[in-house]
Amino acid sequence: MKLHEYQAKEILKAQGIPVPQGMVVDNPADGLSAGESLGFPLAIKAQIYAGGRGKAGAIRIVFNREELQKGLTEILGMKVKGLRVKKVLIEKGLDIKGQFYLSITVDRARQSNVIMVSDAGGIDIEETAKAHPEKIMKEVLKTPHILEEGVVRKLISFLRLPDDLCAPFAEIVRGLFAVYLKSDAQIAEINPLILAGGNLFIACDAKIIIDDNALFRHQDLKAIKEESEDNELEKEAHRRNLAYVKLSGNIGIIGNGAGLVMATMDEVQRMGGRPANFLDIGGGAKREVVQNALEVLAADKEVAGIFINIFGGITRCDEVARGIIQITGERPFGVPVVLRLTGTQCEEGRRLLEKSDLVSVESMEEGAKKIVALVR
Amino acid sequence: MSILVDETTKVVVQGITGREGSFHTERMIGYGTKVAGGVTPGKGGQKIFGLPVFDKVKDAVSATGATASVIFVPSSFAYEAIIEAADSGVGLVVCITEGIPVQDMLKAIAFAREKNVKLIGPNCPGIVSTGKAKLGIIPNSILRKGPVGVVSRSGTLTYEIINNLTLAGIGQSTCVGVGGDPILGMRFSDILPLFEQDRETSLVIMIGEIGGSDEEEAARFIVRMKKPVIGFISGKTAPPEKIMGHAGAIVSGGSGTAESKEKALKEAHVFLANHIHEITSLVKSLLK
Repeated sequence: MKLHEYQAKEILKAQGIPVPQGMVVDNPADGLSAGESLGFPLAIKAQIYAGGRGKAGAIRIVFNREELQKGLTEILGMKVKGLRVKKVLIEKGLDIKGQFYLSITVDRARQSNVIMVSDAGGIDIEETAKAHPEKIMKEVLKTPHILEEGVVRKLISFLRLPDDLCAPFAEIVRGLFAVYLKSDAQIAEINPLILAGGNLFIACDAKIIIDDNALFRHQDLKAIKEESEDNELEKEAHRRNLAYVKLSGNIGIIGNGAGLVMATMDEVQRMGGRPANFLDIGGGAKREVVQNALEVLAADKEVAGIFINIFGGITRCDEVARGIIQITGERPFGVPVVLRLTGTQCEEGRRLLEKSDLVSVESMEEGAKKIVALVR
Repeated sequence: MSILVDETTKVVVQGITGREGSFHTERMIGYGTKVAGGVTPGKGGQKIFGLPVFDKVKDAVSATGATASVIFVPSSFAYEAIIEAADSGVGLVVCITEGIPVQDMLKAIAFAREKNVKLIGPNCPGIVSTGKAKLGIIPNSILRKGPVGVVSRSGTLTYEIINNLTLAGIGQSTCVGVGGDPILGMRFSDILPLFEQDRETSLVIMIGEIGGSDEEEAARFIVRMKKPVIGFISGKTAPPEKIMGHAGAIVSGGSGTAESKEKALKEAHVFLANHIHEITSLVKSLLK
């Protein structure tokens, strides 16, 4: 689960990491009064999940009321990479003496947490990582959950910080590591980490992504999950606990297991079709999950046909069939549905669906071919 | 031979009285696996399928001499279950459970490594050595004994491929689902050397997917392998920057993409299948 910048900053602030003074607003009038109480210059920052906000014009520095008003009306409501800006963060301008990069994430290959720092922080950090990897230090932790003092010292000596900055920088690193562990983050990143006057480090931008699997122990973050979806269908699917990603095609895909669903998408594409979504009902899905999945696809107006590809292992085909009957029995679909059902309890599942008007197929290849032909 | 498990493997099932645990224990027994007993905290002393249930894994191991454990407990208890198993004296732990927090897995894997215990999973279908033992959930009906080793990051896609092989009359030696999570116990590069040594395996199929660098890592070992390896990467059409389910299939930058993986595999002389049905025909031509 991605957090908005302002939500990430609230968490950092609670941990004692300085963030700029600011307010979140969703309309120009509130923005103007917030801006006047903060004092100029100000930054207006669109609160959306897409990266590259600055380059898209969704972040603006303003020096007076007129510029603020103009910026607010232009940014609120604008679309960046398909996402509409509903909220902006208005922040007091900073006195910038240096820009650093600091992040913590999981190193899959090394199977530990990794801390990355650079003194070339800012919007071009990804390009820097490619062109000048030597400017970024990656330090993999020996024990995933322990930030040893030696590691902090290494980071500091890499950055060649003057003596009076070492202690404040170490504080920020420890603070971010605490946030990372406490909130079960997959990524906790401050970029840029601004060095301002008075040897103060300030988190100018922050990105936190929480591990969805750990949400069960973060009741405080559950409320955020509700508002964090942008696409209505994705929001609805995630509310129903489905692993769903909206795509741009017209063939709805339902399957069990991410690998199988992705392979099904690949197969549909190979046959000349375009998937409308990725939807994984997971392992051991009960009939309600199947019902939910079908309801979400039924709500997608772009879906012209559905391919359900189930290979039962821990998932039982009879249970899947019962879910399908619940939906198709009550409200027949307006679009063709192709079903491939095999594996655990598949005879029982097929028997239950004998009288339905679904198109039943034996293999994934046949199913992909059939659904592509049916939506043409 | 065969790898990791065989007819001598004695299994304890963690979560044996639960919905999934009991359902699949029955099928593991049906396959001929030596299931010695199970564990469900608070149900010690009971019996299920005529097998003893214990409160603790350690008790089960000392009473039955179990050499491996398979875990079916819910995700919020899975971390403790892995730690308990790794500390019980078994040499192999197979964790079927999906949805375990990444930070828990980092800790669990470090612990298993310290204890010198092999961990398969989590979020995996488990392992089967055909005709000998099955620890996990791969459907019995699709399996057939033969010379092909299968290792995969996917669950159901693995069944799909095994099923296609069996329908074509091609059997399997051992099938290992290493799991779909970002943080895993044994990875491709741990399994492939075992297949290379295994006398019952003459060819290996490796089923990867987008995200991470396990396939690229595996390619470095495959270069040195004598046995032929067939590779397949799932998720070629998945859009970048999207998370496809709990697969941990996060594509970012250049690494972890289907192109990067296929390139690494090609350079390691892997026989690449462009779509899943091509796998079977590749196997046929290589086994000739």
